[in-house]
Amino acid sequence: MKHLQIFLAFFRSGMLGYGGGPSSIPLVHKEVVLKYKWMNDDEFADVLALGNTLPGPINTKMAGYIGYRVAGILGLINAIISSILPTIILMIVLLTTITSIKDYPWVQGMTAAVVPVVGVMLATLTWDFFKKSQKSMGWVKSLVFVGGSFLVMEVLGLHPAILIVVLLISAIMIKDEKPEKEHQVERGNAS
Amino acid sequence: MIYWEIFLAFFIPGILGYGGGPSSIPLIENEVVDRYGWMNVNEFSEVLALGNALPGPIATKMAGYIGYQQGGVLGSFIGVFATVAPSLILMIVLLGFLYKYKDSPKVKRMTTFIRPAIAVLLGVMAFSFFFTSYHDTGMWQTLFLVVASFLLLEKLKVHPALVIVGAMGYGAFFI
Repeated sequence: MKHLQIFLAFFRSGMLGYGGGPSSIPLVHKEVVLKYKWMNDDEFADVLALGNTLPGPINTKMAGYIGYRVAGILGLINAIISSILPTIILMIVLLTTITSIKDYPWVQGMTAAVVPVVGVMLATLTWDFFKKSQKSMGWVKSLVFVGGSFLVMEVLGLHPAILIVVLLISAIMIKDEKPEKEHQVERGNAS
Repeated sequence: MIYWEIFLAFFIPGILGYGGGPSSIPLIENEVVDRYGWMNVNEFSEVLALGNALPGPIATKMAGYIGYQQGGVLGSFIGVFATVAPSLILMIVLLGFLYKYKDSPKVKRMTTFIRPAIAVLLGVMAFSFFFTSYHDTGMWQTLFLVVASFLLLEKLKVHPALVIVGAMGYGAFFI
């Protein structure tokens, strides 16, 4: 019974949430807090905050943790499978079909037309990220960070993982006051 | 060896992508297209387009499909596992510890600090998509699709899935 509820809760929020993990959080909230009452608003907010302290997709972290709290390890596995498996299967079926009929000119036209559209979606995401960072650290600092990141990754060709690890470490090391711009400069020289 | 590569290709974006699914997209592209060469920009954009058109978390859909394409069902499982498991296990194991830090400014700063880097990666990716499209279909088709999809998505707020289906329909007849 509990497992059926876990399945329904995460299947529904997974299937109805468009545009990546963060957009399905309100849907998860609806199922977990309002419908099944597995936790209250405060607990849910805590889980969300905890999830944000760790990297990786937020949706599966929430599903896994809530499933675990409700019904142990099996609940965890159930919640994750319910939230991701249906769309992964759809994805594999659709893309394998497209690949198998790839040689028809109209299929090539279809896939070519999608490229610039995805480009637009990525460009809007870029702008969102930039706007958010401008909001949290101001124009000058965001531009310095953007310029520094571009230089290090695209011009010097450093693996993004290395830059991100350095950024994360400096975020932890800095004392809890205003972060300094020097760190960007140090990084530029070090690489 | 392919399974180990699949694991790494999704473990790295999973463990570094702070701030939810979308921030791991360019990190996945970096591994899958630039490093391992499993697909070109065009194929990656198909995966991303379909991933955007279908519901559910984006990172796991990409891991599931790309893992499947490279290593069958086991590959798919490994891709998803590498994306999901590390942070989930950390979350359950470190619960008490994280609880203490969840309101710390350091946590917020981690997301803040990597955001500009992710913006750069996304911007470079967007550029390479436009460039590929320009190369394959010419300037006018690209310009038309860019302007039309921008207006539909951002001004008229049409659902992304519909815009992608519409673009596919247009491409089938006119490209």
